[in-house]
Amino acid sequence: MFTRSAAILAISLAGLSVPAKAHAQAQIHYGFGTAATSEDLAKFFSIPANGNGLPPGSGTAAEGAKVYAESCAVCHGDKLEGNPARGIGGDKLIGGRGTLATNTPIKTVESYWPYATTLFDYIKRTMPFSAPGSLSDAQVYSVVAYILSQANIIKPTETINATTLPKIEMPNHNGFEPDPRPELDLYK
Amino acid sequence: MKDMAPIGYDEKTQRLIHDMVAAEARHISGREVENPECDCKDGMFPARAPTRRVFLFAAGSSSAAAALLGGRALAEEAPPGAKHFDVPLDPTRQQGRPVAADGYGTRSQFETEVRVRFPTPNENTSWSFTPLDKMQGNLTASGLHFERHHGGTPTIDPARHMLFVHGMVNTPKKFSMVDLKRFPSVTRRHFIECSGNGLTEWNKPTLKTVQGTHGLLSTSEWNGVPFATIAREVGLMDGASWVLAEGSDAAVMTRSIPMEKMLKDALLAYGQNGESIRPEQGYPLRLLLPGFEGNTHIKWLRRLQVSDKPFMTREETSKYTDLMANGKARQFTLEMEAKSVITFPSGEMKLPGPGFYNINGLAWSGRGRVQSVDVSVDAGKTWYPARIDGLPEPICTVRFNFPWMWDGTPAVLQSRCTDETGYIQPTLKQLIAIRGDNGPFGSIYHLNAIQSWAVAADGGVTNVHA
Repeated sequence: MFTRSAAILAISLAGLSVPAKAHAQAQIHYGFGTAATSEDLAKFFSIPANGNGLPPGSGTAAEGAKVYAESCAVCHGDKLEGNPARGIGGDKLIGGRGTLATNTPIKTVESYWPYATTLFDYIKRTMPFSAPGSLSDAQVYSVVAYILSQANIIKPTETINATTLPKIEMPNHNGFEPDPRPELDLYK
Repeated sequence: MKDMAPIGYDEKTQRLIHDMVAAEARHISGREVENPECDCKDGMFPARAPTRRVFLFAAGSSSAAAALLGGRALAEEAPPGAKHFDVPLDPTRQQGRPVAADGYGTRSQFETEVRVRFPTPNENTSWSFTPLDKMQGNLTASGLHFERHHGGTPTIDPARHMLFVHGMVNTPKKFSMVDLKRFPSVTRRHFIECSGNGLTEWNKPTLKTVQGTHGLLSTSEWNGVPFATIAREVGLMDGASWVLAEGSDAAVMTRSIPMEKMLKDALLAYGQNGESIRPEQGYPLRLLLPGFEGNTHIKWLRRLQVSDKPFMTREETSKYTDLMANGKARQFTLEMEAKSVITFPSGEMKLPGPGFYNINGLAWSGRGRVQSVDVSVDAGKTWYPARIDGLPEPICTVRFNFPWMWDGTPAVLQSRCTDETGYIQPTLKQLIAIRGDNGPFGSIYHLNAIQSWAVAADGGVTNVHA
């Protein structure tokens, strides 16, 4: 009897335009969204320490000095010393080596940043402040070379490109350690 | 703290803190008195300036005066988020305003609290504080949620916004906002706290109000799609262990997040407190990482790149790392540990006299639920349990209450949070002993120490280290 009723119900529902099942089966895949093409992804970048994704091109400190004077010095100072003026507030970029363990640590690209690749990524990503992302890859390589040479991390004559940049060892390369929290001293 | 060496603030931090002290002083002096004649003293701020409320009452009490002042002048009196309306002598004797007169409501013209910006030299890369001393209940009004932007608040058309998910996935995909909203959603209440909350307070009590000392904390109900759902749509490859999240602002903010966290409770959030996320909070889409430092909750989220290693972005190397006294810096210090603060009474308030006060405040932990909150009125010598208002939820603030009969003698009020892991909120002395005293520039982040408010015999409340 039950089976027969169910069959009749099924037949009658089949004749309607509404779906026979009001509920979908529970899903774990939904299929929403569309394929991201290589063209879609071409505009994105994020450069890890091994340099994966660094673009073609190269730069030198000499070229970088020009770009720096044009696009960077107004906020970061003619001597990369930073500029705290109202409306600007650009960070100091060089100096500070040997200060990290003192009472007045000075954290700069030179003294603190562990990877040179981060400098490329950050400048290409969001600098200069007044026109983020406006520098060409060659200009970014050049500014990176200029800052690193002013920091005495590379020689002024070195060329910076996708091969050389990841090989640069920054002064504070080994200055970081994993999060030890919760701190064991709080359980004594 | 007398056994600690004096801290040498670096020049930039000195400047910032000096400017913030000045900005807070300006903010405090601009506050109106609630009603100096009333014993109830809601908020209990000391008298400082003629009250605008009295002015408004006076203006509203006389149509001639209102006409004299003119509609335009009065409209300018309305605080941010409010509109000015004349106040009738007796609201029961005339009709009020029409229903749904403006489609989207405003707050009362008598509510004046606003976020206060930290006076960094550049106002596009700055932060603002939630007025915790005026917040009620547990959730933060969306318009008062603290902000931290590195390139201003972008204007994004949701019809054109896409989320790209790629890297170590089987099928790289892009999702429109319409796509994302088709997935089953979850709704959860969580706090967000900037790891720089309290950065001025390491060395000495510096800012006067709880807005300044703790205002980089806000709580909302968030609505969105778990990352885990999206992970299945694209298919994670073996070895996938980090995810880069990228924002669509001028800073193109990026942080690397451990996959463990992404698959535990990360949310791609588009809803906040019942409506779409505010532009300052990441409209139309932000990453929400319950209990992680605020900077990782990438706003205006446009891209997730799956990887087998962190990307070592500028924020996670040079900025949001914690330099210890030995010159080594802690990296990926992501969790916000248990913390609490008394918001009433708190700095710059004034108790009118001895008697009963309902001490209350907020407690929270990035590691789970708040288990309990204790309150001390004698600078931590003795502690008594506070009553938690409501049921603690994971990684969400709770409001706590503590009945106090003030006898009129000086007192130091403190609160202490214990979370469900058993972690107990430390004292500042404990934290400095562990992390070294070359802060605040060395280690300005993750200050979760017990806060002290001194109540003087005249009822004045001040920020102290005790």
